[in-house]
Amino acid sequence: MSLTVLNAIIAVVIAIGFAALNAAYLVWAERRGAGRIQRRPGPNVNGPFGLLQPLADGCKLMTKQLVIPGGADKALFMVAPVLAMAPAIMSFVTIPFSNVVVAKSMDVGVLMIFAFASLGGMSILFAGWGSRNKYGVMASVRAVSQAISYEVPMLITVITIVMMTGSMNLHDLAVAQSGGFWHWNVIPSLSSPLMPVSFLIFFICSLAETNRAPFDLGEAESELVAGFHTEYGSMGFGLFFMGEYANIVIGASLITILFLGGWGCPFGLFPSVFWFLLKIYILIATFIWIRWTFPRTTIYGLLNLSWKILIPISLFNLLLTAGLLKVF
Amino acid sequence: MNPTVALSEAPGLFTADGLVGLIFLIMLATTVIGGIIACNAERLVRAVAGLIVCFIGVAALYYYLNSPFVAMMQMLIYVGAVCITIAFAIMLAAPEDKKKSGPAGPLTGPLGLITAGLVTFGMAAMALKTDFIPMPKINMGTVENIGVELLTTYSMVFELVSIVLLIAIIGALVIARQGRSK
Repeated sequence: MSLTVLNAIIAVVIAIGFAALNAAYLVWAERRGAGRIQRRPGPNVNGPFGLLQPLADGCKLMTKQLVIPGGADKALFMVAPVLAMAPAIMSFVTIPFSNVVVAKSMDVGVLMIFAFASLGGMSILFAGWGSRNKYGVMASVRAVSQAISYEVPMLITVITIVMMTGSMNLHDLAVAQSGGFWHWNVIPSLSSPLMPVSFLIFFICSLAETNRAPFDLGEAESELVAGFHTEYGSMGFGLFFMGEYANIVIGASLITILFLGGWGCPFGLFPSVFWFLLKIYILIATFIWIRWTFPRTTIYGLLNLSWKILIPISLFNLLLTAGLLKVF
Repeated sequence: MNPTVALSEAPGLFTADGLVGLIFLIMLATTVIGGIIACNAERLVRAVAGLIVCFIGVAALYYYLNSPFVAMMQMLIYVGAVCITIAFAIMLAAPEDKKKSGPAGPLTGPLGLITAGLVTFGMAAMALKTDFIPMPKINMGTVENIGVELLTTYSMVFELVSIVLLIAIIGALVIARQGRSK
């Protein structure tokens, strides 16, 4: 018994550590990437390549005073940043990094990640509403409508894959694609000819669900100051930031497991945790690249894209795959 | 576990059973506190927050009862969809600072207390008098088990639920239609 408790505690500590480390250094990677794309240096003063910048940022954020604006709903204002970070850490528990590196392999792993991801929308909502700021409220309305719209095509795509594999366990989903890259779900097969399209839909939806540009309508600086976290300073803002990057890591992990063969090597050699990390960091680099390359869309364009294009295509793909699975 | 264990034989706090009991109590407290917040909150958004806490407590109870699938669905549907929809409705409605209290109904005051007391007494009596039988674990509560059960043993219930949903959709359409013709 004590061993299981110890295991659980160690798993949670590793999950928190991994999330925090990634959050800190992905901010650095994002700023450096932004600098490179915009032909400026980015943070390069503190330490070699500016690698100590996240530590300096962390110290600064933690030593600042937490200001709660007058008239704000204190309880909701304080809860919102925690709610941004906690579900992300919970989701790390069920993500398998390799055949053996997983905190808790659950039969409903996919569902669990989406269940906790749905709490992220609530955190934005509470942040915007609790701070009693009209820009905040407008940002939360946008973010919530965005979260609702993009969860639908994302879940339909996941259902297609779950149907093909016959399991909701993330470990089984990855094992089903072991072997070379021609076994991966992203490669079209006889029973699922539209898989590359599904991959694209899922990728777009994860960009939207993690509130990344070009879909970052919730924090559109040019219109809404800073959106839902306008009133947040110090570590409250820091937690939102860390939550965003933790969610990006989870999104990249999900794409890797669902479409890119999890921890499998593209050529069927030495499947291990390194391949998994390599794939998720390539995906994250793509996220950063997209953010600094494309301008922000409008809210109508965003909602139209989901309801008029992504949902019909993903529904068609679901029906097609169901039919072809029955035939072959 | 047999509910009529004497206090001297009850498991210690730091044994497996004791910890499980403690976690169960935490889940119960979460559910009840969430419900109380949802009913008594001054602002509607806080009521939604209480509702979320309550739903998470209920989801935890489902997980405790060995049905992770139902627990995750509870989170996904009630927290992720229902609460978000309620919150959306609140945000699109006019802001309301003070809680409006309507005229007091006949069930407030002493009569309400008596009713609550009777219900509590009845439930407590029922819980104490019932002879609890430890049931064997039926299955693992996986997606496959639930799917098979829904389409064989409980197919009637499954169909009835779909009819209820259909009626709800038609009702919503009728209500929305009336608003539009004005």
